[in-house]
Amino acid sequence: MSEPKSQCQDALHELYGYLDGELTDDRRAAIHRHLDECQPCAEPYDFEAELREVVRRKCQEQVPDSLMAKVRAALADEQSQA
Amino acid sequence: MADQATFADQTMDLMPSLYAAALRMTRNPADAEDLVQETYLRAYRGFGGFQEGTNLKAWLYRILTNTYINSYRAKKRRPDETDLGEVEDLYLYRRIGGLETAMAGRSAEDELLDRFTDTEVKQALESLPENFRMAVMLADVEGFSYKEIADILEIPIGTVMSRLHRGRKALQKQLYEFAVEHNIAARVPDDANV
Repeated sequence: MSEPKSQCQDALHELYGYLDGELTDDRRAAIHRHLDECQPCAEPYDFEAELREVVRRKCQEQVPDSLMAKVRAALADEQSQA
Repeated sequence: MADQATFADQTMDLMPSLYAAALRMTRNPADAEDLVQETYLRAYRGFGGFQEGTNLKAWLYRILTNTYINSYRAKKRRPDETDLGEVEDLYLYRRIGGLETAMAGRSAEDELLDRFTDTEVKQALESLPENFRMAVMLADVEGFSYKEIADILEIPIGTVMSRLHRGRKALQKQLYEFAVEHNIAARVPDDANV
């Protein structure tokens, strides 16, 4: 059994592994249990998760119609040469 | 063996994310369009070598990054890996993370981070040196796993993790500059005990 303090250290150390979905099921479950009972650790987790979502959402792009048309034309051209 | 006749059907839906990645890499719409078009042509020609049932999106990203590295990056000097500097962990959280508790609850935090504009977030990502920018974009925008990123960039997983670690901190430092501009946060010197 680890002391509570080292559980907090482990949780922060594994924050990105957790958010990236790269932990084993056991580690994931252990962190999850810890976050349920430790608000000081849960706060940065929530913050980082929210930040990740904001970055993902705000970096989306709309493809210009002209690009879509150019690619389709280039592929059709390639196909007709085959 | 993948059939070229089905290429367009399978790949056109992926163009928005490939185009977004191309924009972050080239930082220039004209180059990004050329890069996407070149990627689709190369992918079409090589589609016979794609194993059906494996990860098509990762396969296209590998062609995108290879095309970028061979055709576009050659124009510029080699990116400097040493100019990131040391940034502490949880850089942004330690500076603005506490503010939402004063604003009552979780929804306030969402709103706080939502004040960054699309342009600012894109600029912050594009400000990262190339190696870090690619890793962060592939993980945080596209959601690829460490293993997939390692395959796409042809680097070891340990290198993926260290680029993500440093790149994300540098991204947070840049976002913090925008937070200060928005008066979301007061400027705190880097060496202050926060």
